[in-house]
Amino acid sequence: MNINLKIWRQSSDKKDGKLHDYRLENVDPNISFLEMLDILNNKLVKEKKDPVAFDHDCREGICGSCGFMINGRPHGPQKATTVCQLHMRSFKDEDDILLEPFRAKSFGVIKDLSVDRKSFDRIISSSGFVSVDTGEAGEANYIPIEKNNADEAFLSAACIGCGACVAACKNSSAMLFTSAKVSHLALLPQGEKEQADRVNKMVATMDAEGFGACTNTGACSAECPKEISQTNIARLNREFVKAQLGSFIKKK
Amino acid sequence: MNNFKLNSNAPNGELHTKWEDYKKTLNKLTPEEANKYKVIIIGTGLAGASAAATLAEKGFNIHAFSYHESPRRAHSIAAQGGINAAKNYKQDGDSVMRLFYDTIKGGDFRSREDNVYRLAELSVNIIDQCVAQGVPFAREYGGLLDNRSFGGVQVSRTFYARGQTGQQLLLGAYSALSRQTNAGKVTFYPRHDMLDIVTVDGKAKGIVTRNLLNGKIESHSADVVILATGGYSNVYYLSTNAMASNVTANWRAHRKGALFANPSFTQIHPTCIPVKNDFQSKLTLMSESLRNDGRVWVPKKKNDTRKAVDIPEEERDYYLERIYPAFGNLVPRDVASRRAKEVCDNGQGVGNTGVAVYLDFKKAIKEKGEQFIKEKYGNLFDMYQNITDENPYKTPMKIYPAVHYTMGGLWVDYNLMTTIPGLFSIGESNFSDHGANRLGASALMQGLADGYFVAPHTIMDYLATENPDFSNKTDQKEFVAAVEETEKDIEDIMSIKGDLVVDEVHRELGKVVWDKVGMARDKKGLNHAIDSIPKIKEKFWKNVSIPGSDKDMNQELEKALRLKDFIELAELMAHDALDRNESCGAHFREEYQTPENEAERNDKDFKYVAAWGYNKNGKPSLFKEELKYKNVKLKTRSYK
Repeated sequence: MNINLKIWRQSSDKKDGKLHDYRLENVDPNISFLEMLDILNNKLVKEKKDPVAFDHDCREGICGSCGFMINGRPHGPQKATTVCQLHMRSFKDEDDILLEPFRAKSFGVIKDLSVDRKSFDRIISSSGFVSVDTGEAGEANYIPIEKNNADEAFLSAACIGCGACVAACKNSSAMLFTSAKVSHLALLPQGEKEQADRVNKMVATMDAEGFGACTNTGACSAECPKEISQTNIARLNREFVKAQLGSFIKKK
Repeated sequence: MNNFKLNSNAPNGELHTKWEDYKKTLNKLTPEEANKYKVIIIGTGLAGASAAATLAEKGFNIHAFSYHESPRRAHSIAAQGGINAAKNYKQDGDSVMRLFYDTIKGGDFRSREDNVYRLAELSVNIIDQCVAQGVPFAREYGGLLDNRSFGGVQVSRTFYARGQTGQQLLLGAYSALSRQTNAGKVTFYPRHDMLDIVTVDGKAKGIVTRNLLNGKIESHSADVVILATGGYSNVYYLSTNAMASNVTANWRAHRKGALFANPSFTQIHPTCIPVKNDFQSKLTLMSESLRNDGRVWVPKKKNDTRKAVDIPEEERDYYLERIYPAFGNLVPRDVASRRAKEVCDNGQGVGNTGVAVYLDFKKAIKEKGEQFIKEKYGNLFDMYQNITDENPYKTPMKIYPAVHYTMGGLWVDYNLMTTIPGLFSIGESNFSDHGANRLGASALMQGLADGYFVAPHTIMDYLATENPDFSNKTDQKEFVAAVEETEKDIEDIMSIKGDLVVDEVHRELGKVVWDKVGMARDKKGLNHAIDSIPKIKEKFWKNVSIPGSDKDMNQELEKALRLKDFIELAELMAHDALDRNESCGAHFREEYQTPENEAERNDKDFKYVAAWGYNKNGKPSLFKEELKYKNVKLKTRSYK
């Protein structure tokens, strides 16, 4: 198959970027999308031109490194799939394919399709953990956990932190990302004791990082490569209200 | 170095009380005293993040470096199947002793008893710690933790979180690390490649890094340096490792005097998605746990082009079940891989290329239901379908072995310290614990045992004997020289201006290493590798092409800096494999096999760890650590 690529090229966060056209011919439909970019980059290097920068690592859809917009959608057209797991058979011969970085105030462009997602780390380090030192833990099976809760917690914890939710959201909100961590820990007895403090701090950090508010359009969940459910956002809201009321009552 | 004798520094005493007794003798520092020390950790995967968090909890000031943007991206995240622990929750006769023995035997009697016992002992603490952090392991309906079986063992001791156990454990360690970042005890340096180790008076005192965003070369000083930089499977170009996984940090340490142990002990994982074309950039693993319910087979007839569903039961060869009735599909990885190669070499391979075997779930789906299989392996089945465009619920998976893990690594003593004082190596980056073959679900166990429970004690003991020096020492001559050397390397590479893309050279190297130092090796092939690798090296230094500037984000330069070290490592691997005139575990020398085509060990001559020293102009020098077995009897591995 032949394809026509339009790729956002930007040499750094300080420079302006613009779209460049590239054409690739005889692309095997069974290669992955990133392997297609590898071929383009090899070609550019042969021509002594700067290859397209993009983040990627495991190429198994789990590390969360990859991700950019393909024809306006984070990670491209296939549901529940990261860019690295997308294959060229999802496209047609002579398709025009537009590649842009994730766009959000809190994700600055580093170069081309690579963006800075350190704000996600800061949200987690504000309180996305259980305060237990190494060696303090008791026997694991002393705290039985209902299977349904453990399974739900797992589904929330499966977030890969790629940022697609933010890129999909018209408000650039990080609610799905933040709520997935809040939910994961709220569903387990280990996380319960610090829950109020956790949700307060994580929401405050999320706001301070410049992410927008959630208006429940659900685009985040629809575009999430790991299908993190919107229920997490409802759970965060409930925990947040509980925490706010709790501190209100304490003050009184 | 010539009269240097390798000593494991393992304490004397009874095997089962050794570590606990030893820990009591180690020097301690109070949090106030620890606060005066600076610790550098390279790599923040399972081993690095867990060590960073634990040392920070004890009061040390941690400077953690990674080429990733975040610790959560480390390749530990891709581990699928599980983590072993001798909890004996299933009451199936498991014990620390049994896990210890399985690991020693699985490693084909080429690992150190003391280390392996400690690993088995600590396995139970890891599960407790992870559960306390909120790691959502799979549970039974009664609310207790669930287990499954893995290869090479007859008990069920593997804890798991669907097919994403590595992800959940890494996020647990990352959360502990994040907590310490928040407390101000950890400074994280994202997108930094470590390009050299700095030694002062023979001790590791710092590192040289390149900032991947702006190309800036910097040095950093500390009281101790820990390498938690993972394995070097990418020397083969195609492997299940992530794209950026590399040997550079370890190789730079090796060049500065750290011995490299058993470099040719590389694990070929039996169940991966086969190579499909020339553009392939990496291989994808299908977890070993699939062999709990999947049955491996090939057609009995050679060159059989029928579809799997058209081949009747009686014309299928379930060769693992046939050859190994006791362990069946759950034989260890090295055995399963070699047998797959054997049937494919014999013309019984399947698929377009004939280089694949079937992994069939039909029986399990019929007996246990599709929903059961979906719950256990759902994400793996989805991933398989995504990549191959085939539905594994309907047709059997096609699989073939691929490089997956490296048992070899920096030589370390019982304290996990390399031969450079003050330089520690933990997790996959060191050679310890797995001998010549690692059992499934033991990599996560080792990474976390080293990081949470071993290194924090032994490093504190080391530091207690060092005067803390918080001042920045990077203007010392050793640091200045290391920076200059690194800058020169980069300048040299940038000035080559040839016409080969880095990946082209890497692919060529990978082919040689896979063909000659892969699943089966022989003298002729290894000599061929030793001849041809220097030519690849020359090609690299004459012909590689790096566009753009080194003072900028430059992903081609990053790859080139890694490849130059892989090339040197590849040569050492071939020397190591050639020197070891026996077969053991994953190291299979064609010349040394039993009449049943099993590995033939030679305990009389090769019951040692081969630790290699670097010589700039000449052959590497070999140092041997004799392995002593006081608690297990050496015997031929049998899984029949």
